[in-house]
Amino acid sequence: MRREGSAFNGLGVVMLKELADHLTSIRFIILELIVMLIAVGTVYVATQQIKDTVAEDPFLFLKFFTTSREPLPSFIFWLSLLVPVLAIGLTFDSVNGEHNRRTLSRILSQPIYRDALLFGKFLGALLTLTIALLVLWLLVVGLGLLFIGIPPGGEEIARAFVFLLVTIVYAGVWLALALVFSIIFRSAATAALATLGLWLFFYVIWPVLAGEIAQIVVPPDPRYTALGLQTPGTVVLEQILARLSPSTLFGEIVVALLDPTTRALGPIYLSQLQGAVLGAPLPLGASVLIAWPQIVGLLATAILLFVIGYVVFQRQEVRA
Amino acid sequence: MSMDAVIEAKGLTKTYGRKVAVDQISFTVGRGEIFGLLGPNGAGKTTTILMLLGLTEISGGEVSVLGFDPAREPLSVKRRVGYLPDAVGFYDQLTAADNLRYTARLIGFRALEREKRIAEALDRVGLGEFANHHVATFSRGMRQRLGLAEILMKGAQIAILDEPTSGLDPHATAELLGIIRRFKAEGVSVLLSSHLLERVQSVCDRVALFSAGRIALMGSVSDLGREVLGAGYVVDIEADGAGLADRLALIPGVSRIEQTGIGKLRLHAERDVRPEAAAEVVAMHGRLKYLGVQEASLEAIYTHYFEAKPDESLKEGARHAA
Repeated sequence: MRREGSAFNGLGVVMLKELADHLTSIRFIILELIVMLIAVGTVYVATQQIKDTVAEDPFLFLKFFTTSREPLPSFIFWLSLLVPVLAIGLTFDSVNGEHNRRTLSRILSQPIYRDALLFGKFLGALLTLTIALLVLWLLVVGLGLLFIGIPPGGEEIARAFVFLLVTIVYAGVWLALALVFSIIFRSAATAALATLGLWLFFYVIWPVLAGEIAQIVVPPDPRYTALGLQTPGTVVLEQILARLSPSTLFGEIVVALLDPTTRALGPIYLSQLQGAVLGAPLPLGASVLIAWPQIVGLLATAILLFVIGYVVFQRQEVRA
Repeated sequence: MSMDAVIEAKGLTKTYGRKVAVDQISFTVGRGEIFGLLGPNGAGKTTTILMLLGLTEISGGEVSVLGFDPAREPLSVKRRVGYLPDAVGFYDQLTAADNLRYTARLIGFRALEREKRIAEALDRVGLGEFANHHVATFSRGMRQRLGLAEILMKGAQIAILDEPTSGLDPHATAELLGIIRRFKAEGVSVLLSSHLLERVQSVCDRVALFSAGRIALMGSVSDLGREVLGAGYVVDIEADGAGLADRLALIPGVSRIEQTGIGKLRLHAERDVRPEAAAEVVAMHGRLKYLGVQEASLEAIYTHYFEAKPDESLKEGARHAA
């Protein structure tokens, strides 16, 4: 049975309303201010550090993102920490909020499908985050120029730009997760707690847990331990497990993109080092290629989560 | 029923797992008619409404709204039908006009038409001067009226109102019922649900009384009154004149007369005997002070009907709980 009309009727209207709501909401302004302050702070500290240890680095500009100075972590650390919070803050109450304000059945009685509402909400939040991250990115690039005074090269800008795109995808994962919970849980507080809990789990606990599980499943070989080495089987399993977390995937992509000398993510085999000039930077394409599975993994996670939310939402009863 | 039915439901059924929420109900709503779905909370009124709008799946039976099938052609139905949900909500941080603008954009009205329709609709429900006020400051009654404005703006042919008067004070209720009557005057059919029988009794042309997912009774209030209460017409008359009672008793159709006070009589008749009664008083050169016919109360009909059939309602209750 074919449905009548387009599923995207009203999609743009919903998206623009969500965008306007987010951009004017106090919640978003506060979150954005926090991120901005942290950006300015970390970039300033990073420039001080770079000035102190000035070296002939062909990718000086990328150091703004990655350089840290005790006790302040680097900009990308903060970004990987705060982007999920920003994303969760935008969508944890997007569907249950409509339920609780009793606007959902009124909106759905207009000539649109549920698809348009859900998709519009997701795109609206994603567009909001894209704007916020773009502004942040420009801010960092601009501050870098201001503090150091050396213009970045084309390759550096290209790498930083791909990094921006990946950050948006990473934000999309958490956006979709928060959206799913906002559909499942009728109470916004429950949805926020569940999403934040899952985020903390993946960010803090899972990397540790992955190591523990790997050691149990593949016990370290005493011959390697005696030599002070890690057992290859254990390391590989630990990495496979750790990569189930979007935070790990994002971290690996960032390393590959912002450190052009990265040749592989994970254990390096001797065969990979054959003919390699150690410490020589790779071209951008090669770096993207290294992180390509991770990038696709993030994208797939975001799409999968959205599809789960979509299916649940289609089957949900409208009445309060 | 008539050729001019805007809503036709046949054997409409909704089940949640094993629980039957709406059990094979059939009814029609004619063009320009105000039809009431009445009954206690949880009797299946809202579920029926959601099925008419295609907002919940239909488990069985057929329904046609303006000739469209809500399950297959939901957009055509929703374009022509306005819906005011129970305890309707609006976006508090937006103004009344902005809330309607959002809906108007979803419907797809162009900018010029949009503004014209919004201004007209707000004026007609008496919210014209509040167009640019935030909905957060609105009372319950104003929100309900804003909901009606949305239906007006949409230019709907059918207005479906779920519990439009619940939680409103008498003044706001009267205002709202006034707007609903104007819908009818403009040829808009109205389907309204309520658990407050007496409040909506005055506006409904016909009603369907719901009980445990079924329509127990359907018809106009006065028809139901005679059918259920079996009382016929009760005419109260206040007049002076000796022997009036005896003369009134001779009017064909009057079955019984009782004295309810000094100069006050109550006639029980099988038809409306007001014209004859008035003629008798005048013929006796008596002075007529009051003449009125008692409307059957829906409340009384409902109570009487379900008290008369305790077995059935018990059975339905048991089935409902299963």
